[in-house]
Amino acid sequence: MTDSGKPLAIALQGCAKTFPDGTKALEPLDLAIHAGETVVFLGPSGCGKTTTLRIIAGLEEPDAGGKVLFDGVDVTPLPIEQRNVGMVFQSYALFPNMTVAGNVGYGLRIRRTPDAEIRARVAEMLAMMQITKLADRRIDQLSGGQRQRVALARAIAVRPRALLLDEPLTALDAKLRDTLRLEIDSLLRSLGITAIYVTHDQAEAMALGDRIVVMEHGRVAQIGKPREIYQRPATRFVAEFIGTMNRLTGVLQGGVFTCKAGTLAWAEAPRQATEILFRPEDIRIAESQETAGLHGTVAAAFFLGDRTRLFVEVGEARPLVVESTARRDFGHGDAVRLAIDPRGLLVL
Amino acid sequence: MRRDVRRLILLLLPAGIFFAAFFLLPMAKLFAIGGSGKTGWAAYAAILTDSSYFGSLLSTLGVAAATTVATLIISGISGVFLQRHKFPGNGALVAMLTFPLAFPGVVIGFMVIMLAGRQGLIGQVTQALTGDKLVFAYSLAGLFMGYVYFSIPRTILTVMAAAEKLDPKLEEAARSLGASPWRVVLDVIIPGLKPAFISAGAICFATAVGAFGTAFTLAAKINVLPMVIYTQFTLSANIAMAAALSFVLGAVTWIVLALARTAAGSTVAAAG
Ligand SMILES: Nc1ncnc2c1ncn2[C@@H]1O[C@H](COP(=O)(O)OP(=O)(O)OP(=O)(O)O)[C@@H](O)[C@H]1O
Ligand SMILES: [Mg+2]
Repeated sequence: MTDSGKPLAIALQGCAKTFPDGTKALEPLDLAIHAGETVVFLGPSGCGKTTTLRIIAGLEEPDAGGKVLFDGVDVTPLPIEQRNVGMVFQSYALFPNMTVAGNVGYGLRIRRTPDAEIRARVAEMLAMMQITKLADRRIDQLSGGQRQRVALARAIAVRPRALLLDEPLTALDAKLRDTLRLEIDSLLRSLGITAIYVTHDQAEAMALGDRIVVMEHGRVAQIGKPREIYQRPATRFVAEFIGTMNRLTGVLQGGVFTCKAGTLAWAEAPRQATEILFRPEDIRIAESQETAGLHGTVAAAFFLGDRTRLFVEVGEARPLVVESTARRDFGHGDAVRLAIDPRGLLVL
Repeated sequence: MRRDVRRLILLLLPAGIFFAAFFLLPMAKLFAIGGSGKTGWAAYAAILTDSSYFGSLLSTLGVAAATTVATLIISGISGVFLQRHKFPGNGALVAMLTFPLAFPGVVIGFMVIMLAGRQGLIGQVTQALTGDKLVFAYSLAGLFMGYVYFSIPRTILTVMAAAEKLDPKLEEAARSLGASPWRVVLDVIIPGLKPAFISAGAICFATAVGAFGTAFTLAAKINVLPMVIYTQFTLSANIAMAAALSFVLGAVTWIVLALARTAAGSTVAAAG
């Protein structure tokens, strides 16, 4: 049992990975995943997400000393076929020589499940994924979204102890991605299955993850709930990688931060800061009667319908990103005053 | 619309001319000659009724089929192995395997004799071990060995090219669902290589049916159709019978290949 009160479903202990060609893909890594939880691995390309997932799956062996535990049992020496994990790939990896029903029932056939039971389970899976009508189709007669539904059904049909998904939506177009993301989310919740989901799309990570593991160069940069990761990033890398981050450089003295754009009162300021970070939603265009100490000029304005995204030049290396819901037009060169909510300020 | 048809005809013209000049016309002529002998069209019936003709037809098809199966098994295993495992000397080994392609049938036959002939290696070894000399070069078994040896290189190369295109994710998916390595071979690798097996097998079969040089080198005792055709043509001067046999040989091979193509569906073309 752990502090969360739930048993540990999957644990990695000191799992490093060095490939035969000398590539050090993972530094020794510890990770604890609770039963029923959805953990998202998030990070830029090449940071080791897939490698970690493959170590958990049993497709890759950790370097000597690393251990993989399922329900507290050391499974490091077990090959994937004995680990009972469901896998979903970006490329779907459906068997082209089998129909949709054949694919979904494959794992059950391997387990020598009686025919009647296979048929029932396949029908149940197809109904759950809303692809009952496709049962007898060949794989090459399916769209990308349909294929990924079949892949999910196939992985879940055998009731795996954990579902491992490696960028399952990356190959799909934006709209389909949103729909399927919602479906996967409700699927994972209704099944209560332990799931690990790899993505480099932060919106996907935020939406799906109970917890997010942000990775950088084969290391864990931060583990936390989506809100923690977003609002309290542990490192500059995490802060910059997730969402948009504004940055002001200056000096902090007596509760006032002074930068090129002006001054900012900050009652609960830390003792020292030469750089402050904050999200676009914590800065706004000040009303005319308001007292605001920061000034800038609009460098670009993009009307997005419900709001306007402004890039405001304040004499820093990068303009500030400000989102305004005001019913007014902004134009290049407009002088604006800015107000920042001090609760959103970060020093890293 | 009319222009499309015209263009299609134009595009098909070279293939059509080629097909007519080198296939249809000779086959038609051959067919006609086959019926022009003393016995007339009965020559064709004789192939089925005359036990020696029919026997040689059967042994030709039999040895070709056996060659194809053996070649596919050997090349399938070694082709996938060579593609998957890169070891020092891998490239040199693959290059060496393609050697027999350059040999004429006579040389292949000569090699079979050196191996399984009266003074052959196998004979010497078996004599030393059991006191009996095992000699099988001058029979269908020797022919089979020669054809297999000749067919393996091409088939291995085809299998290697196809194995390279297999999606490793499919094997991983199967394993994640609990498939043992053997089940992965059965459910993923063999179906994935099937188009390559069918196209390589078809070529192997056709080559084995028609190969003459090896049979000729080994012995006149070997009763396969190309040999029978040769003897009918040159020794007996029974040109009509030779033509009838040739026609049937071509037709049967064509039917077998057509069946293989149909079984493979459109996938053969994709295998290249
Ligand atoms: N089989 C391999 N041999 C050598 N190096 C490898 C191998 N597989 C991965 N790597 C390297 O290991 C590092 C981590 O790779 P990994 O596939 O885990 O990244 P990733 O986070 O999944 O990236 P992406 O988002 O692009 O999929 C990369 O530098 C990659 O080049
Ligand atoms: Mg990856």
